[in-house]
Amino acid sequence: MTTEVTTQPRRAAQASQKRKFMIEAIAVIAIALILIVLMPMLLTGFRLNLLGRFLALAIVALGIDLIWGFTGLLSLGHGIFFALGGYAFAMYLELNTLGEGQLPEFFGLYGVTEMPLFWQPFNSFPFTLLAIFLIPAIVAGLLGYLVFRNRIRGVYFSILTQAALVVFFNFFNGQQKLINGTNGLKTSTSMFMGQQVGSDGMRMFFYISTVIALIAMYALCRWLTSGRFGRMLVAIRDDENRVRFSGYDPTAYKVLVFAVSGAIAGVAGALYTVQSGIISPQVMDIAFSIEMVIWVAVGGRATLVGAILGAVLVNMARSLLSERFPDVWLFFQGALFLIVVTALPDGIIGWGRRQFGSAVSSTLGLAPTNLPYLDDSPEPEAVVETPEFADK
Amino acid sequence: MLEGLIGGLFNGISIGAVLLIVALGLAIVFGLMGVINLAHGELMMFGAYTTFVVQNVAKSMGGIAPEIYVFAALPLAFVVSALLGLLLERTVIRYLYGRPLETLLATWGVSLILIQLIRSISWPMVIGLVIFATLFLIGRWALTRYTDWDRISQWANPIFLGLSVAIAAVVSFLVQSSGSSQFVRPWFGAQNVDVTPPSWLRGGVAIGSALQFPYARLFIIVLTILCLVAVYWFLNGTAWGLRIRSVTQNRGMSACLGIPTERVDALTFALGSGLAGIAGFAVTLLGSVGPNLGGNYIVDAFMVVVVGGVGKLVGSIVAALVIGIVTYLVGSGTIALILPPTAFFQPAIDFFNFFATTSMAKVMVFALIIAFLQVRPAGLFPPKGRSVEL
Amino acid sequence: MVTRFNRRKFLVYGSATLGTSMLLKACGGTTTTDTGEADGGTETAAADGETIKVGILHSLSGTMAISETTVVDAEMLAIKEINAAGGVLGKQIEAVTEDGASDWPTFAEKAEKLIDQDQVAVVFGCWTSASRKAVLPVFESKNHMLWYPVQYEGQECSQNIFYTGAAPNQQIEPAVDWLLENKSKDFFLVGSDYVFPRTANTIIKEQLAAKGGNTVGEDYLPLGNTEVTPIITKIKAALPDGGVIFNSLNGDSNVAFFKQLQGAGMGPDQYPVMSVSVAEEEVRQIGTEFLTGHLASWNYFQTVETPENEKWVADFKAEFGDDRVTNDPMEAAYIMVYLWKQAVEAAGTTDIPEVRTAAYGQEMAAPEGPVTMNPNHHLSKTVRIGEVMDDGMFNILWETDGPIDPEPWNQFVPDTIGFACDWSDPAKGGKFEI
Repeated sequence: MTTEVTTQPRRAAQASQKRKFMIEAIAVIAIALILIVLMPMLLTGFRLNLLGRFLALAIVALGIDLIWGFTGLLSLGHGIFFALGGYAFAMYLELNTLGEGQLPEFFGLYGVTEMPLFWQPFNSFPFTLLAIFLIPAIVAGLLGYLVFRNRIRGVYFSILTQAALVVFFNFFNGQQKLINGTNGLKTSTSMFMGQQVGSDGMRMFFYISTVIALIAMYALCRWLTSGRFGRMLVAIRDDENRVRFSGYDPTAYKVLVFAVSGAIAGVAGALYTVQSGIISPQVMDIAFSIEMVIWVAVGGRATLVGAILGAVLVNMARSLLSERFPDVWLFFQGALFLIVVTALPDGIIGWGRRQFGSAVSSTLGLAPTNLPYLDDSPEPEAVVETPEFADK
Repeated sequence: MLEGLIGGLFNGISIGAVLLIVALGLAIVFGLMGVINLAHGELMMFGAYTTFVVQNVAKSMGGIAPEIYVFAALPLAFVVSALLGLLLERTVIRYLYGRPLETLLATWGVSLILIQLIRSISWPMVIGLVIFATLFLIGRWALTRYTDWDRISQWANPIFLGLSVAIAAVVSFLVQSSGSSQFVRPWFGAQNVDVTPPSWLRGGVAIGSALQFPYARLFIIVLTILCLVAVYWFLNGTAWGLRIRSVTQNRGMSACLGIPTERVDALTFALGSGLAGIAGFAVTLLGSVGPNLGGNYIVDAFMVVVVGGVGKLVGSIVAALVIGIVTYLVGSGTIALILPPTAFFQPAIDFFNFFATTSMAKVMVFALIIAFLQVRPAGLFPPKGRSVEL
Repeated sequence: MVTRFNRRKFLVYGSATLGTSMLLKACGGTTTTDTGEADGGTETAAADGETIKVGILHSLSGTMAISETTVVDAEMLAIKEINAAGGVLGKQIEAVTEDGASDWPTFAEKAEKLIDQDQVAVVFGCWTSASRKAVLPVFESKNHMLWYPVQYEGQECSQNIFYTGAAPNQQIEPAVDWLLENKSKDFFLVGSDYVFPRTANTIIKEQLAAKGGNTVGEDYLPLGNTEVTPIITKIKAALPDGGVIFNSLNGDSNVAFFKQLQGAGMGPDQYPVMSVSVAEEEVRQIGTEFLTGHLASWNYFQTVETPENEKWVADFKAEFGDDRVTNDPMEAAYIMVYLWKQAVEAAGTTDIPEVRTAAYGQEMAAPEGPVTMNPNHHLSKTVRIGEVMDDGMFNILWETDGPIDPEPWNQFVPDTIGFACDWSDPAKGGKFEI
């Protein structure tokens, strides 16, 4: 497939590119309109709220796809960034609801009479908005720098992010006096722009914000992965040493992309928090962060659409299945992990492209699709790593 | 002072011994095979439940049996977990060698299934599973034998799988709704189960006025040492150990020389899983036995392996002991006590007191581990050579 | 060169994108309109049709499933009995069970589903304080009703929740008083790292300070942690000659704690442990060998001698098997279904405000003895202290003469001294100064 694309005349390829872009833009706008206009009419308030949450989770999935699908870094600690974004927004809401000089209610339970210093800046809305992006980005950047600087990668990176997750969980869980520990912060009864966050109007507002943020993040990731930067990420994934020997510095790229991914997770966390009404250290549960990875895998790695699709589908399945048969859900989820890893390594999108890809693209008059994971070899990791492993 | 030092050392070592016995199997599977086994904790859980079953049998036998059941439970826990590990390796892991990230996700899936299995396993479910296995295996055998399997496998495989699952599910549902309540209820349920060590493992030996070494801890320390010796002997003193080491060093060459690499893989994984079973037995002496048992240990165990350096048993030993001692010193607030209570040290004392609760000690230990990996990214005893990057 | 340019370009474009999305978000607010969703109000069709739907919301999976499934059993038994006796208002009760999965946001989600989607008349549910706090905003914003069966830390009095477990003054405070009188003045506080133990220990510390006891130390274990050696060392250092250990550990950690406490040679004669989260079910899981002689404080023990209790225990065992035991939260869950039924019958409807008002003053001859629902949404209950016996049951050492009235706002914590709660009087509400 690859050879066909490259040997085609350049102009034709460009035209095809342009056409592809147009089609994609139209599709995105159409989906956005469906989500914003049609869905509220079709779904009850409860289901719409669920959909909003799933879309927020789809934003995290985008972030994971960016670092895992494209860069090959499997983070098991994205719960941290998700939580940081959520806490930042929840703290602002908590303070926004209070009058002058009042303390959040939970401080009374633990005999705290003075607001801890780090709460103060969250009185300001602009600061909070920045914090939702920046705090997770900075934490991710720092963690990434410490890890990547030493060329820790592969599974070590995964295990370390998981350890970092445990650290953050214990910290947030143990510091009742600073951040209300296990109970977390509630947002439904807080005020935002003069309205209750849990009210129907506000919910609609946050739902639409989520759709818009999802599209913005999709555009960001799409832009990041389509150009030279994106090719660099894929190159790092496929052979980091060769990238280094070619004179590039993979560490900087990895730190940057990890920070971006953290920021995306932060946005998702903030939007998820206001729609679910609570942020607690439980989102830093080990299982939750691994689940995020499986959403991406189900949809299809290195296909941004796949990440969104996977997140929404898996969460929908969870919601429906656990309503009917709470026992079965774990079996189902476990099986999902196994199936995706063994039978469907390219996820739904990859499978769909294989089955129907050529038919679809020929009807639209496009060149065959360019799927990073499918192009070179069906299992790039196996091909790349087996010899290394074997002569160890 | 001396008493405090001995007590501290003993407590640190005893925490380290638990970490080590839990991490031992993991170190073998991860170090020798490059497989990230997140289901390790659940294999431990099966070892613990085996102990529970053996204990109940012993109780029903009466006499001296409840006092010595541990000696039956220990090998059985090993065997049960090893068999389960073997099954896991044959059905899932072997397709994923050389792709550590994929093994990580797959074994996580397995761990979820195992957790729910122990919660809801009951006779109807076992009947369903057996029916499924028979139908599927016999059917496939018949089809491959009598039909042009290669031609039809594309669509026949999923259909056949679905059909077997459906029949098994229907039968198990019928049994479920018709059987007596005693028959259909889960064997273990979601509850924790009670494993009581025999009376000679309860209490402890008193040394001096303030010190007491619990028998259970001493037992675990001895068990850990025995396991280490056995593993060392197996890897370095037997023919199969030699084969395992050679496959680890160079798979292709080993295969050329006639070593059955597939069997070596299966054996190694079974050995690691069996050690998880022994660890599961060991922790029943200290803590609770329930479906969530595995999750409580798995992250700590991975930390031991990572700090120790992959593929080196001695690394894991040192790492486990150091982590154990540090955990103890920080968590019990001993560091703050040792520092002289002068104004100069006051900030340091406050600092350590802040971390002197169990949950904050964990935060500190993990932070220290990340800091340590800045200095030694590949652990205490890094494997050498240019082919070690995973 | 190329890379540098690209990186700069990335930053520029990146910040532009961020800025735009922020703008979009800020502008979004003005365009949003209230869609006027017909979110089934509170007085909806729950009672229509042949059955009355009630919601049951507990963790059936996850760490808390261990405890919460037993409570579901008790609630189901009560519903079954009520249905067998003709139901409520001539209709059968239909239970809609939802799984909170030990995850607080899931609790909130499922609570919403029960209220909006299933339109239940009432919800029975929750165990941990965190899950209750997570669903509280849902019930308040929808003005619905939750019945909560577990002893808890108090400092809360919602109009939308009925609490049938003990408030601190019906469990923790009498236990501390009793220990001061009968055991020791030196207390070491051990708890799991979450809100109930933290708040309970705040109360205990204030109470000890007021009554001449000493808090010699406190420590918290993360949920699920089983390495308790550091804590045991701390206890030994703080209480070299013995004293009381006040234990509010939850779940798995209890097993590790008691096993290793015995291993360290610290028996109940020198180091009696008073537990507030260890009941018959937990004793069974920890093993009586480690617990014999230790203490617990509850409103109900399976060994309480009342005719109602004998009947209940017999019925329960007939339903769920001879080896099952009953305990305090299960009893509270069982009676809360009956109390709700009485309130509905008194009100003649399942409409929330009427049922709420009718609930005040409802009395019942419960297995634990007589109980009364107070206008502050808590029950008056008898307090008992028991000692674990060899068979895993409790020997009741002490009990109050009659039911103790609940005080949701604690009278030892400085912030809440002098406050009370009375929902029968609109002028007073959830927190007023006496």
